[in-house]
Amino acid sequence: MKTPVQFRLNGEDVAAFAESGANLLDVLREVVGDLSVKGGCWQGSCGACTVLIDGAPRLSCLTLAESIAGRSIETAAGLRRGAELHPLQIAFMERFAAQCGYCTSGMLMAAKALLDRNPSPTREDVVEALGGNICRCTGYEPIIQAVLDAASGDRRRRA
Amino acid sequence: MSVNVKTFARLADAASALANERGARFMGGGTVLMRLINDTNPAVETVVRSTDQSLLHLAVSSGRIELGSGVTMAAVLAERDLAFLHAAARAVGGPAIREAATVGGNLFARTPYGDFATALLALDATVTLAVGLGQRELPLEEFLDRRERGTSLVSAVAFKRPAAEAFRFLKVTRVHPRGVSVLSIAAQLPLASGRITGARIAFGGMNRTPVRAKAAERALEGRALDAAGIAPALAVAAEGTAPADDAIASAWWRREILPVHLRRLLIGPGQA
Repeated sequence: MKTPVQFRLNGEDVAAFAESGANLLDVLREVVGDLSVKGGCWQGSCGACTVLIDGAPRLSCLTLAESIAGRSIETAAGLRRGAELHPLQIAFMERFAAQCGYCTSGMLMAAKALLDRNPSPTREDVVEALGGNICRCTGYEPIIQAVLDAASGDRRRRA
Repeated sequence: MSVNVKTFARLADAASALANERGARFMGGGTVLMRLINDTNPAVETVVRSTDQSLLHLAVSSGRIELGSGVTMAAVLAERDLAFLHAAARAVGGPAIREAATVGGNLFARTPYGDFATALLALDATVTLAVGLGQRELPLEEFLDRRERGTSLVSAVAFKRPAAEAFRFLKVTRVHPRGVSVLSIAAQLPLASGRITGARIAFGGMNRTPVRAKAAERALEGRALDAAGIAPALAVAAEGTAPADDAIASAWWRREILPVHLRRLLIGPGQA
């Protein structure tokens, strides 16, 4: 049985038919076609599928698709503005914060949720914000530094 | 596998559907139930949801605290008056989990999860169930003892605000900053003239559900909160526990480290 669900995705209205009981991750990837969202465990353990729902970080694999009707979803596909990358994306490249890259979109969204709420995070804030996201390549340090770089870059631009 | 999802505006209607639908489970934030659905667990045939705003009720007064079952861990962390519960709320997953995980859902989370329920047990919380058109209140301890039987819809939990500095919580994990619990300990330690009166201690990860440490509570009664005072409680801490052997730790290991961490929670690691 399919259920209609309408929501905003990266600023655009989306209408889709979701299988009853489907998770948001599968609907975004298989129905809507947003492949920037990655599925790692479908158990809420890895954070690869992190998206923002109304600005808050959520695991799309544990989110019932029907529950997001009328909500605003942000994914890594919506980070850049035209040809201009988001400061977090630039910082991740400059710090070599991605190796296999599978965790990267989830890391970016978890980091965006942090910086949107707290533009001047401490290292401890960053570690806490990324605490639900697993990376098996980098050892985390380049990712933490990239988020701090993006925050300080934002501060420089605002100054 | 397609799951039948039923969403109700009124809590009473959701409770009725839950009671009458075969294989129905209530979904709060989804962090427990979506895992089963993603695994195509045949035990979940119907999901019942409710958009009733009463589930988000959060009332903090000087004496009593009420939390709707739909209140999230993130909402608890945003409430300054619930600072004594922040360590327990922060023990639940990472930030994305905490935005979804609810107070009610944590009461059903199986070991090694359920750290927040452990804290509520040490607070002597009561659970309000939506039953038909009415409600029924029962002690959390009783609820946990029978939670696997029946199809309860928890609408809220309530408890007395603990005295300042009287409530403590500790989660033991092998992976930092966000590992699952090897065990967790919550303690409410009211003091009168420097002596503990009416202690409440709860363990997570030491049984099928969070459990009260009644032998340790009795051993603390009238004692000072120092090394000599807590020694009898540490000696009986593991009494009545039945921890599991699993991938996180063996039952033997859990019993061995329990008094070590209970001591740290009660008086700190370096106190003589």
